[in-house]
Amino acid sequence: MVPPRVRIQHEDFDAGREIAALRESDAAVGAVAAFIGTVRDRSIGAGPADTVRMELEHYPGMTERAIESMIDAAQQRFEIRAARVIHRVGALAPQDQIVLVVVTSAHRSDAFSACQFLMDYLKTQAPFWKKEHRPDGSAEWVDARVTDDAALERWGLKSGNAA
Amino acid sequence: MQVTVRYFAALREALGSQEVVPLATGATLGALRDQLIAASPRHADALRRERALRCAVNQVLADESVQLEDGAEVAFFPPVTGG
Repeated sequence: MVPPRVRIQHEDFDAGREIAALRESDAAVGAVAAFIGTVRDRSIGAGPADTVRMELEHYPGMTERAIESMIDAAQQRFEIRAARVIHRVGALAPQDQIVLVVVTSAHRSDAFSACQFLMDYLKTQAPFWKKEHRPDGSAEWVDARVTDDAALERWGLKSGNAA
Repeated sequence: MQVTVRYFAALREALGSQEVVPLATGATLGALRDQLIAASPRHADALRRERALRCAVNQVLADESVQLEDGAEVAFFPPVTGG
């Protein structure tokens, strides 16, 4: 059975295990690039700690389908051997893992590029929404960032998310 | 004809998860949004044009010029913030 390339799940993931699974069946792999996104305890990186909990919502079905097509696009654009994307949903706490992208290729450049491409794509086109809970009990939906749109547009793709 | 409209994130909190909406044959996604805006003050606020929203038809991102078919699954949601 071929494991799915995209998993949306509540449970945590083990990056080491995912990388091993992707490498073990393919002796042509010479490079592995991985990205892990985690929950910050603050909404703004340089700001004060203000996030005690995060909730992640998605659009079941569409999310998986959207990321599948992103992996297809990465495979057309770069010389990669395989890719996996795992994204968590539900209630998360600061320091929890949110997302894992793993890409294998023969040489490092394609693995690095495809990993970044997939994250830039996912950030602006995959239907997920984050809600941050504050220490005083209030909660706010996270605003989309125009810098994320710009990151996708570097690859020659129109984003149209935040703007 | 009728379509199922789904809402996510802040829109889901304002309008509920989904509703079935009857509309004129051949209506566009933009016409559906107009019709919903006219449906109630809650809808008018959540779906107002000043608000940046994204839409999908049958689980693919779409713009408002898309013509809808009977039975389509339409979704309105805020800009996405995963990753």
